[in-house]
Amino acid sequence: MVSMKVNRRRFVAGTAAASAAFVAAPFVRSANAAGKLSVGFWDHWVPGANKATEALVKEWAEKNKVEVSMDFITSQGNKLLLTTAAESQAKSGHDVLAFSTWLPARYSEQLVAMNDVMEPLIKENGKVNDTVEYLGKLNGKWLAVPATVGSQIKGPCSRIDLLKKHAGIDIQAMYPVGQAPKADAWNLDNFVKAAEACQKGGNPFGIGLGTTSDSVDSAGALFHAFGAQLVNAKGDIVVKNDQVRQVLDYYKKLMQFLPADVPSWDDASNNKFLVSGQGSLIMNPPSAWAVAKRDAPQVAEQLWTHGFPMGPKGRYAPFLPFFWGIWNFSKNQSAAKSLITYLSQASSAEKMTNASQGYDLPAFEKLTTFKVWAEESPPKGTLYHYPNPHNHQTLSIAAAPAPHKIAEQIYTQAIMTQMVVRYAKGEAMDKTLDWAAKELEGFTRN
Amino acid sequence: MADIAARNPAGHPTQQRSSLHKLMQRKSTIAFLMALPLILLITILVAYPAGYAVYLATLNKGMTRFVGFGNFEFLFGRDTFWLVVYQSCLFAITAVIFKAIIGFVVAHFVHNIPAKGQRKWRGMLLVPWVIPPAMSTLAWLWLFDPSYSALNWVLEGVGLSGIPWTGEAGWARFSVILVNVWIGSPFFMIMYLAALKSVPEQLYEAASIDGATWWQRIWYVTLPMMRNIIAITALFSLIVTFANFDIVRVLTAGGPLNSTHIFGTWAFRVGIEGGDIPLGAAVSLFMVPILAVAATFILRDITKRGSEV
Repeated sequence: MVSMKVNRRRFVAGTAAASAAFVAAPFVRSANAAGKLSVGFWDHWVPGANKATEALVKEWAEKNKVEVSMDFITSQGNKLLLTTAAESQAKSGHDVLAFSTWLPARYSEQLVAMNDVMEPLIKENGKVNDTVEYLGKLNGKWLAVPATVGSQIKGPCSRIDLLKKHAGIDIQAMYPVGQAPKADAWNLDNFVKAAEACQKGGNPFGIGLGTTSDSVDSAGALFHAFGAQLVNAKGDIVVKNDQVRQVLDYYKKLMQFLPADVPSWDDASNNKFLVSGQGSLIMNPPSAWAVAKRDAPQVAEQLWTHGFPMGPKGRYAPFLPFFWGIWNFSKNQSAAKSLITYLSQASSAEKMTNASQGYDLPAFEKLTTFKVWAEESPPKGTLYHYPNPHNHQTLSIAAAPAPHKIAEQIYTQAIMTQMVVRYAKGEAMDKTLDWAAKELEGFTRN
Repeated sequence: MADIAARNPAGHPTQQRSSLHKLMQRKSTIAFLMALPLILLITILVAYPAGYAVYLATLNKGMTRFVGFGNFEFLFGRDTFWLVVYQSCLFAITAVIFKAIIGFVVAHFVHNIPAKGQRKWRGMLLVPWVIPPAMSTLAWLWLFDPSYSALNWVLEGVGLSGIPWTGEAGWARFSVILVNVWIGSPFFMIMYLAALKSVPEQLYEAASIDGATWWQRIWYVTLPMMRNIIAITALFSLIVTFANFDIVRVLTAGGPLNSTHIFGTWAFRVGIEGGDIPLGAAVSLFMVPILAVAATFILRDITKRGSEV
């Protein structure tokens, strides 16, 4: 075996030569010269949807000579949530991570400000809706950039034939392809009448009242439609107000026409209810339609995604954005920002949206008219109104405008749906409000 | 005697080597070294997380300052917390009682099966216990599904009305306990079977000669001989059942209206999903005093009987 002894003289000479070469040729780039980047993306439900993201990242990595490692982390079993919590505690992990709805605010102190990324993007792609701003910006600091992948509106998805048959509603005429909605009559009074007619016809509406996201989002939109706040923007508990009483009364009426088991529904229940052919309307992004397309094509060809009914205080739909954020412990923040900027370009967003069959929604105003939504079928144009192209409804999030730390608790502990179920099951209004006030009081602690 | 420490007059390397050699030959040293991997494992996987949980539980919501017992005081004032305490006790105690009764009865049945076919039965009866609970609970979830319950399909088939298995508080509690009993009974069965096999046959023969009935043999021979195993099994199961997470998480996620939350699931809801890690840690630590009291009573009883023998 040949051994080479490095003495002091040889080491100094070698180091000097290497330094001289480096100083003389600073722009010579080898492969991966711009360092390494580790990215944790949300693992998409739609089969094959990750591929668009993967291709875009590789394209960027090759152009910028950055060695990128990607993980697609599922949100099943809260894996992504746990990964985020673990990385936050360990102050180590991915440079860029996908943050679900409430997480940018939760980890605001550990995230790099993204104003220098967001401001040019807004100039280029148009402004973002108020919900994205509420969730992603704190005290003037953009905490993260709204991601196309995973962002969604949970609007109604209805059966064309069953609404026509039981309630006499032509939902395609109300929400025509390529045109602004003609949905003035689509209000909460007519909504409950339609729910009753469909229930009597044997195909009830399937609106969950459990404690998971779909149920909370639907309730949140209806609470907004009544102007019913539990906690205001200042953090004051205002739950005992007339609007909350009105929405609880409305829900009590509506619940009579929903399946009896809706208080135990999870996020899969409404999808199953629609795909099985039993339901005539659910509140969901087009994942139920995509599953029906595969498993029950005769159901899929009767599905139409459209807007929420109008309430006394407006027409609100739940918007759940995902974000891409950069941890402050990331060692390659400039590369991370460059990657996020690249992924947020209109062309990248369109590729991601196409790969997800229209499920993914960019949050920017000018990016709501991609061809995919008008062209997806069956039936053709079924997703045209999904991205809210005519700003027909206000995109919202349950529990807003309460301060984030309170709102997140209201959302995750499903206070709204619990109030609805308590009251609808016979609890006195004042008792329900007292219960809610006490829970909310607990959320205001620091 | 190897356990006696050798004197070590410092200085000479040969003497040092020989004292090290002697140290390594001590039974206690060998025992310690053999146990070291386990000690390290317990330190890393149990002691450190437990200590860290205690530390977390003393921080404020933003984890920026020390609040002492503030989180615990806060919990005492919450209705949902007391609902969780009630539900955890109901869940654990009811499930352990039923698991013990079913395990005891089935162990007797299996014990009375001729030796030739007994192994097959033992194997089959252990199946619910060896399947990962998250998997088997998923199967139960489908059976209990609100809209497509196979159990309701059968009930409706025989003219009865369907049951809201996970949709109504009482039935949801029943369902999570039922699944826990289904999964845990085989453990009791196998422990009791082992205990039954160790009861000397002569005791039963003597009891028969004295004219003891079947019930008297159970009461005066079997049960006293199995008391320690029953106590240890119940304690072990009580700890595991109290700390359960997967069954409730998969089956009801704590609903409806928080009526099935137990400490583990509520700690997860508050700490991880709700972003209040210190409060979540405080919730999970509440199991410790409750289980410590139970363990003290049960182990004291076992020690007392051990010294009587």
